[in-house]
Amino acid sequence: MAEKVLMKGNEAIAEAAILAGCRHYFGYPITPQTELAAYMAKRMPKIGGVFLQAESEISAINMVYGVAGTGMRVMTSSSSPGISLKQEGISYIAGADLPALIVNVQRGGPGLGGIQPSQSDYFQATKGGGHGDYHLIVLAPASVQEMADMTAEAFDLAEKYRTPVMLLADGTLGQMMEPVALPAPTSSVTEKPWAVTGTGMKRKHNIINSLYLKPEELERTNEERFARYRQIEDSEVRYEAYMMDDAEYCVVAFGIAARVSKNAVNAARKKGIKVGMIRPITLWPFPKKVLAEAAETVQGFLSVELSMGQMIEDVKLATSCRRPVALCNRTGGMIPSPEEVLAAIERLAGGDMA
Amino acid sequence: MRLTDYVARPLRRVTLFAGHYGSGKTNLAVNFALALSALGHPVTVADMDIVNPYFRTTDSAEALAAAGIDLISPAYANTNLDLPALPAALYEVVARRDRHAVLDIGGDDRGAYALGRYTPSLLEEGNFEMVFVANFCRPLTRTAEDAAAVMAEIQAAGGLPFTAIVNNSNLGKLTTPETLRATYPLAEALSRMTGLPILMNAAEAGVAAQMEEGEAFPLTLQKKYFDIEGE
Repeated sequence: MAEKVLMKGNEAIAEAAILAGCRHYFGYPITPQTELAAYMAKRMPKIGGVFLQAESEISAINMVYGVAGTGMRVMTSSSSPGISLKQEGISYIAGADLPALIVNVQRGGPGLGGIQPSQSDYFQATKGGGHGDYHLIVLAPASVQEMADMTAEAFDLAEKYRTPVMLLADGTLGQMMEPVALPAPTSSVTEKPWAVTGTGMKRKHNIINSLYLKPEELERTNEERFARYRQIEDSEVRYEAYMMDDAEYCVVAFGIAARVSKNAVNAARKKGIKVGMIRPITLWPFPKKVLAEAAETVQGFLSVELSMGQMIEDVKLATSCRRPVALCNRTGGMIPSPEEVLAAIERLAGGDMA
Repeated sequence: MRLTDYVARPLRRVTLFAGHYGSGKTNLAVNFALALSALGHPVTVADMDIVNPYFRTTDSAEALAAAGIDLISPAYANTNLDLPALPAALYEVVARRDRHAVLDIGGDDRGAYALGRYTPSLLEEGNFEMVFVANFCRPLTRTAEDAAAVMAEIQAAGGLPFTAIVNNSNLGKLTTPETLRATYPLAEALSRMTGLPILMNAAEAGVAAQMEEGEAFPLTLQKKYFDIEGE
């Protein structure tokens, strides 16, 4: 294993992107992801890459759109309000079937909200965000190591399926420091016959576009895209199952909420409560199958979130509401404590399924 | 062990901790202030970090208050307002020369710009220790040359020359005595390169306890809600 260094989550994403061959970064600073942009500003000029602070998030995402059309690895990053501004561009990138990485280090909302951590962009990330029929692949790391690893994986997934990928973190993960073994340097191995790289007078020119003049053509394009989405749902679902073998109750949590919840699950086990945890790592595709299977054996679920309760809807859908799903949540930049989650587990185990 | 056993120099009235962000400046500032207070000195801690939104001196407000240490922090520290403003009370640290002051400067040159306002007074008084906190396990300061470059940027931004180095090299929870010891040659190289003495080595208290008597100044770190027990 590579020698470890101590990094902030935001820095780990930046360095991992560089190691994955990304040489184009466009962004606009916003707390709590600014270290990512600052790191790129320091490193990119030294390695022949491009760091460009655009005049706005809207400009930045459209620069990403442009570079993505050439098939080169490209990314942007922001935090919640900035990601909202990028939604039109993200929809265009999805509509043009282009690979790109978008990082959202979430903060409290709605509106300007605040700078403290949050998971309240779950709906936006997993249900579209922009207009039209599309999905993003959404990856949810829960450690600085995963932030580095998933950045490299995100570029590969984006190219494999020709889709934008979102890395959905939160302010705490962005700011916290942990030892990390950086992934080995890689680069793109995917053929990109669609890329705008010059015809060399040998082929017809490629066109990057999301406008279709004939509705039949747009319908066919959307259907083709959704056929790819079905492949993604079949092949790319990822989750961590923790102490689920004999579990009678199941906590569902991702990202920073899963770290807090793991402590609560351990504490509940010490009290004799048979509880486990399923941590979705891909938020889209959502790990529906494993949750449906869990619904066969557990008596109830507890969704732990840094929002007013967004993922809980997917937990209910995945389990067809066969078991009660309770919510343990804080919002606005607050984080549930392990004690709060433990108390919620105890209420659930005590028969309070509200 | 007393603080003076770690610091091989006369204590100055004002001690400033600056460096690359994520090097442990805040932990050092808090623990250094507590040690100074334990020696019987009246101490004021100033949180001068205008760039870091999370994990700051103000997080230790209770521990500092319990030790009778004054804390001056930005009005909006740890709130939802990302406003890089410093309070007028900060002038106390340069104006009141009957108290020790420990200043936690924000990371990198960006964080050090805020220091410039107080630099003329500090230079005029001439009783300060400007400490460069080095963590050679950070990816952008893995060599003495890289650390020296960050030092130069901070000096240019804050206008105050560094006078000493603290080696706080660590890998978070994976830190062992060997993690720190492996960086001694780097700290010595930085010392030779800059002509500045190494004030002390520092390590988390549990790690420092495994080392030689007086080898590393022990740091009590804040427990974080996201630390997973047993991992």
